[in-house]
Amino acid sequence: MEPATRLDQNHELSLREFPYIVRWRDGRCTRCGRCTAVCPVNAIEAAPHVHRRVFSEGGTPNPKAQREIVHVVKQVTDIDRYCTGCGACTLVCPNEAIEPEYNPRHKFLTYKNKGGVPFRRGGRRNDPTPSTVDQLKFTRISMLTDPALDAGRHEFRIRTLLGRNLPPEKLPLKKRGGRLAVDPAAGGDGFIPPVREIYPIRIGSMSIGALSPHMWEGLAMGVAYLNEVEGMPVVMATGEGGIPPRLLKSRFARYFILQIASGYFGWDEIVHAIPEMTEDPAAIEIKYGQGAKPGDGGLLMAYKVLKLIAQIRGVPEFVDLASPPTHQTKYSIEEAVAKMIQSMSMAWGFRVPVYPKISGTKTAMAVLNNLARNPYAGALCIDGEDGGTGAAYNVSMDKMGHPIASNIRDCYLDLVAQGKQNELPLIAAGGMGKTGNLAANAAAMIMLGASAVDTGKHIMQAAAWCFGDEYNRCNLCNTGRCPRGITTQDPKLYRRLDPDKVAERVVEVFKSADVELRKIFAPLGRSTELPIGMSDALGVADKEIADRLQISYVV
Amino acid sequence: MALNTMKEGHDGSGLGLVLKDLGGEFAKFKNMPILSGIASSKGLRDLDNFMYAEGFEEVHMWQPDIDESAPEPETGRRDHYFAKVYDYPQLYRDRPRAVQEDLLLATRLALREMGEADESIFAFSFFPDIVTLKDVGDPLELGAFFRLGDGSLQAKIILAQGRQNTNYDIYLYACHPFFLQGFCTMTNGENTAFVPIMEFLASRGFPGYMGYNSDSEVFAHILHYTQRQLGYPLTYYKDVITPLSEREIDTRKDAAALRLIRRSLRPLCIDGPNCVIGFTPDGSVFMVQDAKKLRPGVVGGAPGKFALMSEECGLDEAVPGRDKAEDFSPMKYDMAIVTPGARELKQWNQLDAK
Repeated sequence: MEPATRLDQNHELSLREFPYIVRWRDGRCTRCGRCTAVCPVNAIEAAPHVHRRVFSEGGTPNPKAQREIVHVVKQVTDIDRYCTGCGACTLVCPNEAIEPEYNPRHKFLTYKNKGGVPFRRGGRRNDPTPSTVDQLKFTRISMLTDPALDAGRHEFRIRTLLGRNLPPEKLPLKKRGGRLAVDPAAGGDGFIPPVREIYPIRIGSMSIGALSPHMWEGLAMGVAYLNEVEGMPVVMATGEGGIPPRLLKSRFARYFILQIASGYFGWDEIVHAIPEMTEDPAAIEIKYGQGAKPGDGGLLMAYKVLKLIAQIRGVPEFVDLASPPTHQTKYSIEEAVAKMIQSMSMAWGFRVPVYPKISGTKTAMAVLNNLARNPYAGALCIDGEDGGTGAAYNVSMDKMGHPIASNIRDCYLDLVAQGKQNELPLIAAGGMGKTGNLAANAAAMIMLGASAVDTGKHIMQAAAWCFGDEYNRCNLCNTGRCPRGITTQDPKLYRRLDPDKVAERVVEVFKSADVELRKIFAPLGRSTELPIGMSDALGVADKEIADRLQISYVV
Repeated sequence: MALNTMKEGHDGSGLGLVLKDLGGEFAKFKNMPILSGIASSKGLRDLDNFMYAEGFEEVHMWQPDIDESAPEPETGRRDHYFAKVYDYPQLYRDRPRAVQEDLLLATRLALREMGEADESIFAFSFFPDIVTLKDVGDPLELGAFFRLGDGSLQAKIILAQGRQNTNYDIYLYACHPFFLQGFCTMTNGENTAFVPIMEFLASRGFPGYMGYNSDSEVFAHILHYTQRQLGYPLTYYKDVITPLSEREIDTRKDAAALRLIRRSLRPLCIDGPNCVIGFTPDGSVFMVQDAKKLRPGVVGGAPGKFALMSEECGLDEAVPGRDKAEDFSPMKYDMAIVTPGARELKQWNQLDAK
């Protein structure tokens, strides 16, 4: 029998299957068309409806019915044009006539695999529950046994060290007339690793290419302002994809961590620019993995590879730029990784800290122990499962990876057991500021043992009004159609974003985080050095978390 | 007298005494190790057996002439309070000093382990020319109980604390001062950075960095670590526990070394409020403060007799005839050092270091 699909629309989706349902109010709508124009996915469109209107004219009731054609704003049921809930329509509507509403009973993932292609998106793990880090509290408050510090009056040194610190026993020091002096012959092997004093919250790797020129410029300007005007040594990682050559050769280069990843994009340009550089970069980050998509490579879609990006990355325009999931030269951590760390160190005359970044994993301690024995490894950055990305398979983001809290804690305690907790700094990334508590998350990670934390998606949200959240809102970074102009190379979109305003917000976010860090550290009685590993200050109202992290269980 | 002078400051929780440069009946045993401790009768038997088996030869024993009419310590009278002088085991008599010191430490730790669970042995110090006395209760009453005024104990350097660790259960091993291989400190104030410091010290692989029944014990161990293990001059103790900022470091002649020290010893930074008084094996006695909150502390005296006190009134009682204008209260960047033999009081400043 011939199926009657065309009659009952049985193979079509209803709006109930969609994660966001657009609430449109006929009476308020002026039909200006802004919402349909701004929608990044064309989830809504103007459509004609036939209405039956009953009306009466004259002094006595005389109802008449009339059919008329009206224009409405209609949400489509095409899964490729699903409403992402970004709310750009609400933002532009002059009359509060339209708003997407989250549909908790959606079955989106059941259907979002047309053509055998799994759901891909940007953003981070869609899990709105509070992370472990977010549940930690600071429970050691100094009052009488130790007079509290005054966050407003006392001097606070909220700084950390990026780079390898020699063990005290190996410092090349010699006593001369009651004073110590550096003497390369006095001890160790004569090599003093480079170390930078930086602010303990860094801006994590987001590439120029994944980010729009305006966004990247805004972040970079904010970082420069924080350093040069506010005296806060905030550094920012470039992500894979190089750095504008003019910036690389400028004095601002020292605020940037250059990332090299498996595609090596931009590195031909960087290597050739080294002789013309006037300042060393803050550090070199070798990306081996990313918390948001462990084991997945990067991909910059062809339509994002415009002239500027092509120039910076050293590739032709409009070609897909795929970074392999792993470095093709990497065959072992003992050799290949060590060689890469040494090569990058050598490129800058061993004056720049070089460290790997890996995705959070159960095997992090194996990596850690190799690095602990490698005198050239400057740190280990671990990116937890709550990290963000510009493009990945949904399954990688939602289901792959390791929570950052226990990963960092295990690594720190492992270093403590070896007495190397101050030698190899741990940097925690992934979900810092997930619910807006950037400073609290950073402080908690520091007390678990991290020397610094990275923030990526939080700073995008805070500085550039990114819509994304853990209900799959927006998360369109991979499409190049970012409605805020953050992750797009389309000038029509990114000109919506004012780099000066982004820079201003970066400065505001860091300054307020700095105040909050003081407000946390002051009552704990810590101000001179960062309270790295001060685990006695932490408490959590969950016995299993407390036991696992070896902190207090408080109820 | 030291305890008497502190009567206005102490809260009557205990007595801790470490004596160095001993006179009296210990004067003739300058190079022989003295084991100071408390033991039950069983503990003392175990101790004697152990020391005999290890090859230590007891050559002298001091016990306080206890005044039975004086009030007992709060935790009850113990069976034996003692300071026993030993000769080294035959094999160790001609070994270098450092090797002998490590043997003494290992022996003391073994005794501690033997007697800690049942509290049958408390071994406070085992070192040449050092006697330690500790107990719980009112310091003046304890002083009377031990008849400290009878002249049987004499020393040139006396570290005395009349207040025991008030933040935890009273426990003898948590009593100030803390001693390790010739280095000794006592502290006023809580140590907020205790956990990272303790973890750092405990992970140095040195057997003496243990115990930590009090958060103040780390101050003695930091002193030991920077001086004995790393070989730094005494003033660097101040630079380690209250490090200068990068900008301040630039003003110092030893900036390059100091910067490395600050980075490599970052976990040993204290955040106060702490006033630390201590001595080193060469007989230097010092006082330093934390960098922010500053507990009371004052040093005064004249060549031959100096006192480092937490209260000015104590100083008046200890060295009444001194020139008060010369009294020195160390502040944020200062270190007061009384040189060996109490020859002079040196004021050293972190920013103005010559």
